[in-house]
Amino acid sequence: MAKELAHHIKQDRSSAIFNAFVICFLLLLCLVILYPLWYVLIASFSDPMYVNSGRFLLYPIHASLDGYQKIISYSPLWMGYLNTIYYTVVGTAVALVLTIPAAYALSRDDMPGRRGIMFLFSFTMFFSGGIIPMFLLIKQLKIYDTVWAVVLPVGISVWNLIVCRSFFESNIPKELLEAARLDGTNDFGFFFRIVLPLSPTIITVMILFYATAQWNSFMNPLMYLQDIKKMPLQVILRNLVLAAQISNMVGDANEAAELAKMAEQLKYGIITVSALPLLLIYPFLQNYFVKGVSVGAVKG
Amino acid sequence: MNAQIHRKQYGRGIKSILRSWQLYVLLLPALVWLIVFCYRPMYGLIIAFKDFRIRQGILASPWAGLKHFKQFFSTYNAKNIILNTVILSVENLLISFPIPVIFALLLNSVENGRMRKTVQTISYAPYFVSTVVIVSIMQTILAPSTGFVNLFLQRMGSSPILFTSMPQYFRPLYIISGIWQSMGFNAIIYLSALTSISPEYHEAAKIDGASKLQRLYHIDFKLILPTVVIMFILAIGKLMTLGYEKAYLLQSGMNLATSEIISTYVYKTGLMNAQYSFSTAVSLFNSLINFILLMITNIITKKISDISLF
Repeated sequence: MAKELAHHIKQDRSSAIFNAFVICFLLLLCLVILYPLWYVLIASFSDPMYVNSGRFLLYPIHASLDGYQKIISYSPLWMGYLNTIYYTVVGTAVALVLTIPAAYALSRDDMPGRRGIMFLFSFTMFFSGGIIPMFLLIKQLKIYDTVWAVVLPVGISVWNLIVCRSFFESNIPKELLEAARLDGTNDFGFFFRIVLPLSPTIITVMILFYATAQWNSFMNPLMYLQDIKKMPLQVILRNLVLAAQISNMVGDANEAAELAKMAEQLKYGIITVSALPLLLIYPFLQNYFVKGVSVGAVKG
Repeated sequence: MNAQIHRKQYGRGIKSILRSWQLYVLLLPALVWLIVFCYRPMYGLIIAFKDFRIRQGILASPWAGLKHFKQFFSTYNAKNIILNTVILSVENLLISFPIPVIFALLLNSVENGRMRKTVQTISYAPYFVSTVVIVSIMQTILAPSTGFVNLFLQRMGSSPILFTSMPQYFRPLYIISGIWQSMGFNAIIYLSALTSISPEYHEAAKIDGASKLQRLYHIDFKLILPTVVIMFILAIGKLMTLGYEKAYLLQSGMNLATSEIISTYVYKTGLMNAQYSFSTAVSLFNSLINFILLMITNIITKKISDISLF
């Protein structure tokens, strides 16, 4: 008896040590995750001289809005911002129209051929034509340098489609469909009037995922757009901050030097304004996407 | 159960297709998209075996056989590029894959619900940050004279390190930033698998005198193992489809010895130098290796654990 008790005490102590270790480790991890983001944010409010002296900043030094005042007057950035918003809105709308009805159809086990069709979709996750055939296709469709070139190639993410389909499979009870059928509702009616109103969770998740992808997209606009006026924020940001490409884009040496100097002053602010919107939104949608991803993953 | 009832009720064949025409209409836009934007480019892959000329189009361009593949294998840096791709892919998989699993197990063992939730929320943040921003942040904080990492190193008595331009740092930067970005998000799946574990297992193990670490391994880890295996197969299926966005952004003239991978090479030869057929051949070679790897893994895991994708 006493021996057993001693064993339990020992066990409790080892558990306590383990718990303490885990908590310390996780706190450290949070610091590592957050500090780079926090650093950029405070650097964007600080005097560039202090930031460039390489101090380890914990809070803004000589806080000012100088950087942001310059950003406001830097018009390519605003053009990029507007382009990004435009592509994100159009892209998300197109993606929703393509993904959600299809995901519902594929979730219905009475739809003939759904396994085969699902396979055709899944196959593209592992094998694709690659960038050159896609580029040639875009040229051929005459959508090069238009919004459609940015939006259509990423019209469906198969992974999102699977998540969405699994959600419908496990959240729309079959009895509901049977009851609706008895009332004479057809598949269209059922989808638009019953399924969609029951699925704000998955619609929110899809909006978040597609909007994030489009907002952050860099390579597609770079490949499929030509006009610098049409470039989204990420491309503008890259051109400004990673000064390597500047001379290519501008061609004029003086202008390039001017831009490089400006980039040094502005980069923190620009990174902040480009990353902040999503970072502010996602915590509110966390429960949605966690639910969406878990449901999708279990079945997908 | 239900599926069987449905099948009997509606029968198979044309009748059931006609019956479900509205479902096909819902599916139609996606199907058209799939054909145009996924399978049509796959058809476009045949330019890898042709001397493609834009004016003649895909069909009329003359056949070239395996010329472009041979040309790639005979370029002086082909071996290096292939090796870079394989090494980066494998290192990335082996190092990045286990981390979300460990993170999920540790996080799940925290008893304080509020703390668990907060850590979780924080861990998702980098997932919503773009690659361009991540690379910009890295280049800023690692800059030789102005970044705080190098200033810290200098204070410790070491000379500044040119992280972003030296070949030996490319892979660590690529992999670590990837972990930073997706650890939290990739843990979602494991965390949700963990929450479905019945607490009774833990109660029983506690009575038997199992320590917390033992329970973590013998209960939590073993019960989420099927999920881990599936995620691993999926990860292998995408092994060679490395995000070339980040590799491209992290590239500089000086670190090409390690940072030139097949996909960045395809981008540059294909879109910047307009060698369409040649770069398509290179990219097809990459896809084929990838596909073979997926098949092999699928067969192996099916034998070992009865879990498979197909």
